[in-house]
Amino acid sequence: MLNRRTFLKSVGAAGAAALAEANPRKMSGAIDLPNDLRIWDQHAHLGSVPGDTPEERMAFLVKCMDRIGVERLIISQGYSDDQHPNPPEQFRRENDRVMRAVKAFPDRAYGSVYLTPALLDFSMEELNRCIRDGPMVMIGEIEAEARCNVPAMDPIAEWAVANEVVILQHEWIKADGNEPGESSPFDVVELARRHPKLQIVCAHTGGNWELGIRAIRATKNVYCGLAGSDPTSGYVEMAVRELGAERVIYGSDVGGRSFASQIAKVEGANISESEKKLILGGNLRRLLTPMLQKKGYKV
Amino acid sequence: MIIDTNVYLSRWPFRRLAGDEPEALVAKLRQRNVAQAWAGSFDGMLHQDIAGVNIRLVQACRDFGQGILIPFGSINPKLPDWQEDVRRCQEEHHMPGIRLHPNYHGYTLDDPVFAELLKLATARRLIVQLALCMEDVRTQHPLMRVPPVDITPLANGVKGTPGLRLELLNCTSNIDREQYEAVLGAGDVYTEISMVEGAAGIARYIRNIPLPRVLFGSYYPFFYFESALLKMQESGLDEASQKAICEDNARRLMGPVSSRQ
Repeated sequence: MLNRRTFLKSVGAAGAAALAEANPRKMSGAIDLPNDLRIWDQHAHLGSVPGDTPEERMAFLVKCMDRIGVERLIISQGYSDDQHPNPPEQFRRENDRVMRAVKAFPDRAYGSVYLTPALLDFSMEELNRCIRDGPMVMIGEIEAEARCNVPAMDPIAEWAVANEVVILQHEWIKADGNEPGESSPFDVVELARRHPKLQIVCAHTGGNWELGIRAIRATKNVYCGLAGSDPTSGYVEMAVRELGAERVIYGSDVGGRSFASQIAKVEGANISESEKKLILGGNLRRLLTPMLQKKGYKV
Repeated sequence: MIIDTNVYLSRWPFRRLAGDEPEALVAKLRQRNVAQAWAGSFDGMLHQDIAGVNIRLVQACRDFGQGILIPFGSINPKLPDWQEDVRRCQEEHHMPGIRLHPNYHGYTLDDPVFAELLKLATARRLIVQLALCMEDVRTQHPLMRVPPVDITPLANGVKGTPGLRLELLNCTSNIDREQYEAVLGAGDVYTEISMVEGAAGIARYIRNIPLPRVLFGSYYPFFYFESALLKMQESGLDEASQKAICEDNARRLMGPVSSRQ
């Protein structure tokens, strides 16, 4: 059975060139998202995106971003060639791919470093290489063979707090049980309570968001990421009701998902325009501002 | 204009949805330029009085539909005398089609009753809509774990039913792409876009699935309606492809029956 990533990978590369030549026309009934929304996507990958190089894949994403009004992406995990990468060289290769993509489109993307508490010494080196000494601005999506409540996450969290860097953490609450080593929102909460100054985003808010939102509700330094689940009605309304719009952050999980289905969670929600602005970009810019200013990047 | 081939009326069993009142649903569809919506009923998943479900569906479409809603009746072939429900859908309710939920009704697609149902629907010139899943298996209620429909036997079922017009709804990526291709290659079979994903996902989808077989479907109100519409925009399709998916293909599938509505 194919999962979403393998399916998209199988149809991806062949169509890249042809798709880039498509001559889109605005459809009748099209949704005009206001220009001042300034959509920033906190959760994007180069995996399952057509193209033979990071630059080609990023170019493809930029075309999609332009069609739908996404201003900027935070990219991580490179091609995501292996969901359980090891040895460390695989992490380094994926981070290098991200930096190539960002370098090609510096006005459209920032990089986020891929690491794992299962390889702590290597991960600390990679933090320095990619963020302290490199162009990246965020940590994660951490999607590793160790859950994020393990003690080995503490040095990473401490580094993040000391350097005012946000962490994006993969997690799910799967009806048939998580994979071994796969984090849940409860694990994120455990880590966040050990590090109250840490700013950490749940990448999927459980997937089962009715549970995930409740799990993180009382822990104010945990944010609700909207990415990578079906655009089920009611998600954003519940998140805003229970957490406040300031704790809800749009992301797509492209290329396994579309920008569109995930933006629709916000655009289709019965919330105010000011709340939509916060969720689609304002909150992420607020969280990233210290690091962006340190690097002299535009906010 | 848009013909949305996948909307539902009534209540999702586990959550209230914005749009689960017919007035609100129709208002949203009109706001988004939907000229026609093929509507089933969530009640058809679990209710056993299917005849009552279909009567309420027809009434809601008539009372609130403003000419937009086209009812597709639910059929459960595991219920006694289900053939009478098919007859009523066509003869009494003048429906153009029926909607099936095999994984909620407890039969597989190699069950002889499914073949009988396809033949009866085809004899009555009814479009058959087959819902492959209703939600991500990872997020289902623990007491209601329902895997997607196994479509492995479906290609043979299509080949064995000449004249069948079949639309697959909620085409989850958990089903193998080759299986979809086998089913679409077996006859007059269509898919819709509500669960198509990936960057420019619909443009990439129609490189594998023939464009004339792809229909617009929102799966509203379970999904935010804007998902399907924004996916079309993100895919950057040319005008002809947009029109084919949003309107022409559905009109061709519906055929002259639509004039009866």
